[in-house]
This record gives sequence, C-alpha cells and structure tokens, in this order.
Amino acid sequence: MKAFYHFFCTSSHFSRFVLRLFKKVLWMLFVLWGITIISFWVIHLAPGSPTDMETTLNPLAGTVARQRLETIYGLNRPLYVQYCDWLVRLIHMDFGNSMSSDSRPVLTKIMERLPLTVGMNVVSLMLTLIISIPVGIFSACQRNSFVDKTITVLVFLGFAMPSFWLALLLMMFFGIEMHFFPISGLTSVNFDQLEMLDKILDIIKHLTLPILVYTIGGLAAMSRYMRACMLETLQQDYILAAKAKGLSSHTVIIHHALRNALLPVITLLGLSVPGLIGGSVIIESIFALPGLGQLFYGAVMARDYTMIMGNLVLGAILTLTGNILADICYGLADPRIRVGRKTS
Amino acid sequence: MRFRQLIKNLLSRDIMLILGLTIVLAMTLAALLAPIIAPYNPDVLHLDHILEPPSSLFWLGTDRLGRDILSRLLYGGRISLWVGFVSVSISISIGTILGMVSGYFSSWIDECIMRIVDIMLCFPSFFLILSVISFLEPNLTNIMVVIGLTSWMGVTRLVRAETLSLREREFISAARLAGSSILRILFFHILPNTLAPVLITATLGVAGAILTESSLSFLGLGVQPPTASWGNMLLDGKSVIETAPWLSLFPGLAILVTVLGYNLLGESLRDYFDPRLK
Repeated sequence: MKAFYHFFCTSSHFSRFVLRLFKKVLWMLFVLWGITIISFWVIHLAPGSPTDMETTLNPLAGTVARQRLETIYGLNRPLYVQYCDWLVRLIHMDFGNSMSSDSRPVLTKIMERLPLTVGMNVVSLMLTLIISIPVGIFSACQRNSFVDKTITVLVFLGFAMPSFWLALLLMMFFGIEMHFFPISGLTSVNFDQLEMLDKILDIIKHLTLPILVYTIGGLAAMSRYMRACMLETLQQDYILAAKAKGLSSHTVIIHHALRNALLPVITLLGLSVPGLIGGSVIIESIFALPGLGQLFYGAVMARDYTMIMGNLVLGAILTLTGNILADICYGLADPRIRVGRKTS
Repeated sequence: MRFRQLIKNLLSRDIMLILGLTIVLAMTLAALLAPIIAPYNPDVLHLDHILEPPSSLFWLGTDRLGRDILSRLLYGGRISLWVGFVSVSISISIGTILGMVSGYFSSWIDECIMRIVDIMLCFPSFFLILSVISFLEPNLTNIMVVIGLTSWMGVTRLVRAETLSLREREFISAARLAGSSILRILFFHILPNTLAPVLITATLGVAGAILTESSLSFLGLGVQPPTASWGNMLLDGKSVIETAPWLSLFPGLAILVTVLGYNLLGESLRDYFDPRLK
C-alpha cells in the first residue's frame, strides 16, 4: 500500500511513469504493426488458398466457381491492396468474417472462446506461482542439500516432459483407471438438468486435469528461475549487511531477499504468455475444450484465412498486454525504476 | 569447506554431463543403426498380432495395424534427431549471422534487426508454425525449415551481446589495423569466440525442436503416417488409450528421455563454460 501511495501522490514520479507508459504503448503499436505485416504476408504468400477446400478438393466445382469465390473474398486483388484494406478494418476493430461455413465475425467467435483459455491460464499461473516461489526459495536456501537435488531432478524431468504426453498419462491414470475426473469436454451430458452448484462443480471437475497439465508445465521453469534469482540475491552486499545487523535468517530472506528476487520473475511471467497461448492448442485439442486453441486449430485445418490472421493478431495483443502488465508491476515493485533513473 | 563444496559441485556436474552424453550418444546410435538393430520392418503389418501387449515376440507390443512398436520407435528416432539437427542448424546460422552483423555494426542495422527480433518474440510461435505448416504441405522439409525460421531470436540476442564485447577487444583492433576485411573479422575472429555459448544454445535448441516436431505430429500437422515419428505414434495411440496404453506410453517415454538428455548435456556444458550461471 505504501508503495502505491508514494507512487501516485508524488507527481514527478507519476509523470515519469506516464511518460514511460506512453513510450511503451508506442513500442507496442510498432510491434503490433510488424506482426500484422508478418502474419499477413507469410500466410498470403504460402501456396494454397482458402478456396481450395471448396474448389480444388471438390470435384464438382470448376474454375468459374473458384473465380467467383475469389471475388467474394477479394482474393483476386493485388496483395498490398488486400493488406491495406485488412489493416484499415483492423484499426476499426473489424477482423472480418470467418471464411468457414457459418461466416460469423471473427472477433465474436474469438471473444466467445477467450474467457475459457485466459481463465485456465490465469488459474494455472496462480497455482504455478503459489507452488514454485516457496520451492525456489527453499532450494536456494538449502542449496545442494538432498531436497534441492531432488527438486533439480524433478525440474529436469518437468522440462523434458511433452505436455501432450503428460495429458495422456493423467487421462490414463485419473480418468480411465480411477474414474476420478472426466477426460474430455467442458460439461457433462446432463449439464442442463443440474442445479447451479452442481453445474459449477461439474465445470471445475472437467477443468482440473487441463489446469494440472498447464501448471506442471510451468512449474519446472518457474521454480528453477526463482531458485536462480534467489541465489543471486543472496550473494548481494545488502543481504550480508542485513545478516551483519543480526537479523534472523527468516527476516533476511522474507523481507530483504524475496522482494528483490521476485523482480525478474515478473518479467518471466510477461515473457511466458506466447508459450501459454501456443500450448493451449495442444491441451485444448486433447481435452476437447472449446477455447481459443481449439478455435485456432479448427481454423488452421480449414485454412480459414481471416480466422487465422485474427488469432495471430489477437495472440500478439495478449502477449503485448502481458508484457505491459509485467512492466507496470515491475515499476510498482522496484523503486529504482521509479526514482533512480532521472537521466533516461 | 570450500574444497568439499567444489568436489560436490564438480561431481554433480560430471554426473549430469555423463548422463546427458550417454543418452544423446545412445539415442543417436540407436537412430543411426535402426535398419540393423530393429527387429522388424517398421511398416510391415503383422495382421495376426494386432494390438498385442509387450511380449517376447514384440518387445514393446504392436499397434492397431500390427506394426512393431520398437522398430517404429527406432525409425521415429531418426526423424526426431534429423528434425532437431537440421532445424537447429538453420536457426543457429541465421541467428549467428544476424547477431554478429547487429553487434558489430550497431547502427541502424542493429536497430532494425533488434526490432525484428522483438516482433518475432511477441508472436505465439507455435501459432505461427501451425498456420504456416497448414498452408504448406506438412512434410519433413517444411517442418524443419519452419521450426528453424521461428527459433533464431534467442541466438541472435546472445551472439549480439558477445559481439558487442568482443568488438572492443584488442585483437579485433589489431585485425582491423592489419587490414582484414569485415567478413574476415566476423568469421575468423569473432565467430570462433562466440562458439561456446552458441553450441550450448544449439544443444538446448535440439531438445526444443524435438518437442515442437512431436507436438506438430501429435496434432496431425507434422510427419504424416505411415512414416513413423514419435508424435504421430502418440496420436495413433490416443484413440485406443483405454485398451492399449502401451501405445501411448513408449513413444512419450522416448521423447522424454531424449529431450532430457539434450537438456542435461546443454546445462552441464553451460556450467562448465559459464560459471556465473549456476
């Protein structure tokens, strides 16, 4: 609370913060523009076209049908015209209509799926942090002890574990052997007849295994990183000073070291967003969950141009949002960023 | 006390290195010698032995078409290693060249390259790989190229940082004074000095590429059946997971062990070369 108070009530700090944020937003817009360029050109220059599904692969359709489809989708115009057109519509938050048979707006379809994916990722990130921060601290403080070595071995196993195999194993063990959790879908067949409380319970039961897979995937990296940061912090002079003052090791670790060791972790959280979004494709397709990943997978299989590009741009927006959030948190947590850098 | 600590460190690092090296060598050998040591042809159907559990005849069991799992694992290993090496070679080449250029010139070229790196890092790269693969034909060459083209950013940053510090060293000034061309300085003086960290990243990169390839194959967008790859074997096993769990067990184990081996090797090499990071 104190940090917040200082932060918002000291005007020079505040203005510097706004300037920083402004720069960050400009950078974000630039990166976003680059992303639109890459995703548009890469996909449009690749051989094959969205009309393939309805024409080349359909023996009944001839060249006339193909040309008509290309006119409808505007695919016969020069690429740069298509790009500018798409970009202008993107600025108006219009991602176009899906090229699949229902041809609903891309944005609506994405927004339907987004809450599930983001929700699962947020929950699993929380779990990851809750578990890995204490584990990392413990490993660092008891460095090279038996427990630390065991954790290191587990971490290496966790790094090497393919998430889809872990999902299959969990399905085998909890779903099939023990009948403990349902192994696919978001709701049971009789979902509509359930009471409110049972409905929530049903969804929680369906989401347990996927969230477990996400969490175990993130645990290894996070606890390893936390350990490294903590080790580095513990070697700093101010920790030595705190110890020399005669503070208990508990106080030194919790009050002096932890806050500094957590700083790089914030950055790592921001950087882990693209991986999480990518991982959702696999996990959602295994557990048959109607999230963003499954939507993207379907779009990829159907060569749905507008949907693929919409997903790429949205994924990038999510990543950038994660980066910016991490940056703000970093600024809040690290007084050196707010106060120290007067020259920059 | 310090001496004991040193011994302890060295010992554990050595164990990591030995374990990693053994796994990597064993997997490579198994893949190379697959035609000799595989008990059966991986594509031959033993129609009277469909979905057989592990037995003395078929050590790791058979799949839905009666193909021997062990032989398919061995041949799948060739695919995984090949993908790992080729895609990492691609990403290392791009990353090293861009990184050296970026670090050595550090003018607008540096700015441009680093901004491209920023942009590429903001892509959910698995999304990008999937969309490109879906438009190209999902075959081995395309997969290797696409994985290589989407994973060079880390190497670029690493090599750039190394080059930035190497550039100020005296031997580079000496080479410049002696009239060496820029290409000569880059490839004969800077490149050899960045080799150690690059090799470490490459080792870890092989593990990443193997994981990506098997994820792609698992989604059906990677190596196409009937060619065996660990990923599509898992995909195959998923539909019969309740009756024939060995189909899903062994390919995953193979991925786990291989990736573990490369990670161990990379990490222990890093410990040797860069004692700051532990």
